[in-house]
Amino acid sequence: MKLLVPVKRVVDYNVKVRVKADQTGVETANVKMSMNPFDEIAVEEAVRLKEKGIATEIIAVSAGPAACAEQIRTALAMGADRGILIEHDGVLEPLAVAKLLKAVIEKESPQLVILGKQAIDDDMNATGQMLAALMGWPQGTYASKVESEDGGLKVTREVDGGLERLQLKLPAIVTTDLRLNEPRYASLPNIMKARKKPIENVKPADLGVDVTPRLTVLKVEEPPKRQAGKKVGSVQELVDKLRNEAKVI
Amino acid sequence: MAVLILADHDGSAVTQPTRSAVAAATKLGDVTVLVFGPRAAADSAAQVAGVARVLHSEDALYANGLAEPVSALLVSMAPEYSHLLAPASAAGKNVMPRVAALLDVQVISDISGVVDADTFVRPIYAGNAMATVKSSDAKKVITVRAASFDPAPATGGSAAVEAAPKGDDPALSTFLGAEIAKSERPELTAAKIVVSGGRAMGSSENFHIIESIADKLGAAVGASRAAVDAGYAPNDHQVGQTGKIVAPDLYIAVGISGAIQHLAGMKDSKVIVAINKDEEAPIFSVADYGLVGDLFKVMPEFEAELAKK
Repeated sequence: MKLLVPVKRVVDYNVKVRVKADQTGVETANVKMSMNPFDEIAVEEAVRLKEKGIATEIIAVSAGPAACAEQIRTALAMGADRGILIEHDGVLEPLAVAKLLKAVIEKESPQLVILGKQAIDDDMNATGQMLAALMGWPQGTYASKVESEDGGLKVTREVDGGLERLQLKLPAIVTTDLRLNEPRYASLPNIMKARKKPIENVKPADLGVDVTPRLTVLKVEEPPKRQAGKKVGSVQELVDKLRNEAKVI
Repeated sequence: MAVLILADHDGSAVTQPTRSAVAAATKLGDVTVLVFGPRAAADSAAQVAGVARVLHSEDALYANGLAEPVSALLVSMAPEYSHLLAPASAAGKNVMPRVAALLDVQVISDISGVVDADTFVRPIYAGNAMATVKSSDAKKVITVRAASFDPAPATGGSAAVEAAPKGDDPALSTFLGAEIAKSERPELTAAKIVVSGGRAMGSSENFHIIESIADKLGAAVGASRAAVDAGYAPNDHQVGQTGKIVAPDLYIAVGISGAIQHLAGMKDSKVIVAINKDEEAPIFSVADYGLVGDLFKVMPEFEAELAKK
């Protein structure tokens, strides 16, 4: 079956983000950008499904500025077969991205879409569920295990308090949690090979999708800063402070 | 305005994060709570202060919270409400974006503040920035960060419990089973005290040091991502950006260095204690009380000291 793997370009998880002085957002100029870590897990899972002979073709798709081609290349170097860049400068909310992905799905007819459960920039945790809704497909979110079974998909999900198992009909949407797999590093030969893999370039208008944001960001602020407290010299002092000063035990 | 809340419960009562969602919802309008499952859970929702009406269903279609039928039902009920809310739990975060897309609105995830009926505050970048966003959608679909709202009191309400409607069954997914850890300890996101262990615990066997202290304090047990990845603690113990967000009265971080992603999950705790042998560890920059020392020496002393009255 054909797989679609959406990947998002985000500020690298090691970067300590700074809020802009004019409160319009966070500083992203000259900041290291990477593929969203959960999407790396999605690419890895897709590549493993191909290695097992379950998937036949993997298409990596990214929506955003032209530079998203870098993240598509990363996916291609990990083992995806070709890429689609939906080029758009400006804000793309999960609903808009889901609509763009729906348009791609209608053209490419994949049986399975695997994507990260959450992007580490807007922390929305929404695109997979929204895409599943728009397609009328089942969703297996927060997956820690994906098995192909009886013409469908068995997904183990991380939920509050433990794990849950679902059987999904295909086509389906799966969103990845941290423990699904450990993504591989692309080897140098594969990085070289990825340069020759094709990336198709489209615009939201080509797909007939209105991506106008629904949310207006009025301001972005620093969270209240927490002051470092004091060091205590002994366990006795600590317990005394907790009992008599903070009064929390 | 009218607000519908999709409740979580533990089989007998609605969860504390659900009551936090009620607290957020009372700022918006009259609160109706939708409860799937045992009648006792619906009755508990009816007692929550600020709840005007409870809709209850024991239908098997909804018993396991499958996103497809639950979303379909919520969408069919949506015309009566201006706002649809759920706690930002695994269940709420699974269902609400699906509901939003079906209604052609952008979900507003994990809100930490209500400014007005259209405007909300939510953390982005692991809580390193707070965005105030105004929605232009006619209907709002929202998940609520429990740690940011004091839960509505569990008693004081006397809402009527009515039967919830039944929607279509999309028949796309089947619930096969679940392994939910049974624990005597309080739930992580609802506990007044949380004791968490990090990579420095060294093994899952050593994690009993954390559990033992937690039991002395009546606390929940948490873990850093590093500890979970190393297999010292189960997945659902993870506190952080992509795990649980907690804000207890007391958070004790043991052998946790304090990566940004971990701090995102606990920095709103009222009092933070850090125990770490590395005095440069970032966790000390957010701790009210820091103790530099080897946890394997400190923790037994800590437990002994707690035993003294």
